[in-house]
Amino acid sequence: MLNTPESRSGMGHHHAERFPWKGIIGYVLSIILTGFSMWIGLTHAAQFGTALFVILGLAVLQIFVQMFLFMHVTESDEGPPWQVLGLLAGLLFVATIVGMSMWIMTFNGQAS
Amino acid sequence: MPISHLSHWGLLVTGDPLLYGADASIILASVGIVFVLTYFKKWKWLWREWLTTVDHKRIGIMYLIAAVLMLFRAGTDALMMRTQLALPNQHFLGPEHYDQIFTTHGTIMIFFMAMPFIFALMNIAVPLQIGARDVAFPYLNAISFWLFFFGAMLLNLSFVIGGSPDAGWTSYAPLAGLHFDPGPGENFYLLSLQITGIGSIATGINFLATIFKMRAPGMTLMKMPLFTWSIVATNILIIFAFPALAVALALLLIDRIAGAHFFTIHAGGLPMMYINMFWIWGHPEVYIVLLPAFGVFSEVVATFSRKTIFGYKAMVSSMLVISVVSYFVWAHHFFTMGGGVSVNSFFAVASMLIGIPTGVKVFNWMFTMYRGRIRMKMPMLWTIAFIPCFVLGGASGMMLAVAPVDYQFHNSYFLVAHFHEMLIGGVVFGMFAALYYWWPKVFGFILDEKWGRWAFWFWNIGFYVCFEPQYALGLMGMQRRMYTYPSGMGWTALNFISTIGAFLMGIGFLVMAGGIVYSIFKGERDLTGDPWDGRTLEWSLPSPAPHYNFAVIPTITDRDQWWTLKEQGKQDTLRPRPEDIQPIHMPKNSAKPFLIGVAFFAAGFGFVFNWYVLAAAGLFCIVILLLVRSFEYHSDYHIPVDEVVHTETALGRL
Ligand code: HEM
Ligand SMILES: [Cu+2]
Repeated sequence: MLNTPESRSGMGHHHAERFPWKGIIGYVLSIILTGFSMWIGLTHAAQFGTALFVILGLAVLQIFVQMFLFMHVTESDEGPPWQVLGLLAGLLFVATIVGMSMWIMTFNGQAS
Repeated sequence: MPISHLSHWGLLVTGDPLLYGADASIILASVGIVFVLTYFKKWKWLWREWLTTVDHKRIGIMYLIAAVLMLFRAGTDALMMRTQLALPNQHFLGPEHYDQIFTTHGTIMIFFMAMPFIFALMNIAVPLQIGARDVAFPYLNAISFWLFFFGAMLLNLSFVIGGSPDAGWTSYAPLAGLHFDPGPGENFYLLSLQITGIGSIATGINFLATIFKMRAPGMTLMKMPLFTWSIVATNILIIFAFPALAVALALLLIDRIAGAHFFTIHAGGLPMMYINMFWIWGHPEVYIVLLPAFGVFSEVVATFSRKTIFGYKAMVSSMLVISVVSYFVWAHHFFTMGGGVSVNSFFAVASMLIGIPTGVKVFNWMFTMYRGRIRMKMPMLWTIAFIPCFVLGGASGMMLAVAPVDYQFHNSYFLVAHFHEMLIGGVVFGMFAALYYWWPKVFGFILDEKWGRWAFWFWNIGFYVCFEPQYALGLMGMQRRMYTYPSGMGWTALNFISTIGAFLMGIGFLVMAGGIVYSIFKGERDLTGDPWDGRTLEWSLPSPAPHYNFAVIPTITDRDQWWTLKEQGKQDTLRPRPEDIQPIHMPKNSAKPFLIGVAFFAAGFGFVFNWYVLAAAGLFCIVILLLVRSFEYHSDYHIPVDEVVHTETALGRL
């Protein structure tokens, strides 16, 4: 056997029998979330500040849709919980990037 | 506009005799290749054995060839620039032409030379080192390669069609925005990097999954070879850094083709944000190309000193520390932007901290050599040459990290000297060490030492002659990206010397290529599979390794498994026994990765010229190809036992 994750999880070899409900729901949800934020952006349906917050909220929802419906975060194999480690590292780097970028872009309080 | 008179969105670049020469040679080379393939009836072979392959070893070879060709292409750019700068007030290259050349030189060297080189090494060495039969996702691996390949094609095409990008390899907004840089050149840059970038992220995920999930039984993380560890650190960086680049490029592209204003001031955009995001990727990128070289040096030093590596755990932890800390230093690339005292102090201190784990590694390599039985073969020579070069470059890097002093050094030739010292003395020397080291494993013959030594000395002497004077030039006030300079600045002699050094390196490259050609015909064949008396698993296999790598997956008990077995006289435990051989499950070749590459190329080309029909058609084909793949149920097959037995017998291993 080729000892790949593909063949172990059955993606390569055995065929999935079930209807991919998760995928379909995720797909529809992500289209709705993206479409809605695009609509806000294009039509100026809300004021700038409000729009920004709504779109950010939608983006966070989108992350959850992706992680739970597409990316199998809840599934696990033997061995260390790699996805948890990955998510923690991701969290650290995202926090760094966003936080530090905001800090840098205040230009010592001399610009905004 | 450029060199050339683009009838604004006119297609072919015209106007300059240098360019016509280049066009003619490109056409001649293409006609030559088509002719040879047709004459020798090799089209089918090319398609079946290479273009549709999903074998990591072949993908590795293709990356390697591409990287060496791109080194030649961007090296020619470098020699043209050095020719222009050899003397004051020259007119060999005009200002626009010079801009285009330093842009393509830098972009190609980083994205299409260094990156494919490290991907070549990952593909060639990692599965063999960990006792696996391929990577976790072989099909995705092929997609990554073709995205890289067609991305590179797209950028190189700009040279003939539409005009090369000219805003620097960093492509800073607002200079790279539509207002200051109309025309398709910059779009070529953005789209080609976007396309290869997708491939790079996929490779990062692919190899991390491979290393975490597919090690041979018994190989715990702390028993992995150091090269494989360096690839773990590299891939962590790739996965978290490349998305930042993807976003920066996408936003700039939207600015350019859809009229948004993310990076233009007048509609509330923030050009500094582009610079910020570019370097969030850009600094980790430095380590993405450097860490694999560290891995190579660790393998080579241990093998050629015949000792286990000194301080294995310190090596591993320093690489992991580097892969985290290198996210916290990016602002050192724009200390002068005005971030203020606290920002600059933070990033200055963080940058200096990186020197600590790096210094640890240098000492460990030296302690490994200490009292070792050193053999000065080519890989070891390149490793030893790397150390002083890297230490010098590191020292000048520490100087650049001192924020107030950087106000003097910034964007001067001091910087140019520093980063070439890291990129050539660190990355390229490392890649060369790896080239000589793993070449026999890949191709079955050893690269000739004599040619290798000549190339080595040309490169090394050339390097110092070329770049040390540039430190002085920088301190004397010469700025980077100057297409010429007046006489009477006191810069002439140093520039002239620097150009001589550049040409010495050019000769070094040619001698190296000559050595490869010589060795193809006359090189010593590697009949044992273990020409260097190696320590890790790949050297237990024949050279080149059979299609399925390991007839029987080995069980690991030691860090230097192969070495330990040799010491105990038990090499035979890694030979397959007939009763252990089972059918081997392998992925089938596929044309789709190649076609996906073509579709991305078409889509990218469409976006470059705002031809949305072509762009949409390309994207549509990508979606179709993905759909077709997801309904493909027979993407794998089994090699029957007989065939494995037959192959192993022919190799004399049964
Ligand atoms: C073969 C030896 C090489 C020579 C002689 C050389 C020479 C040069 C020269 C003359 C410049 C332009 C300096 C300026 O006008 O500001 C330059 C820029 C640059 N080089 Fe090299 N180079 C070499 C190898 C490399 C390698 C191996 C890499 C990377 C792996 C590299 C990366 C860059 C980058 C990123 C730039 C900056 C481009 C920009 O300003 O946008 N070079 N090099
Ligand atoms: Cu940096």
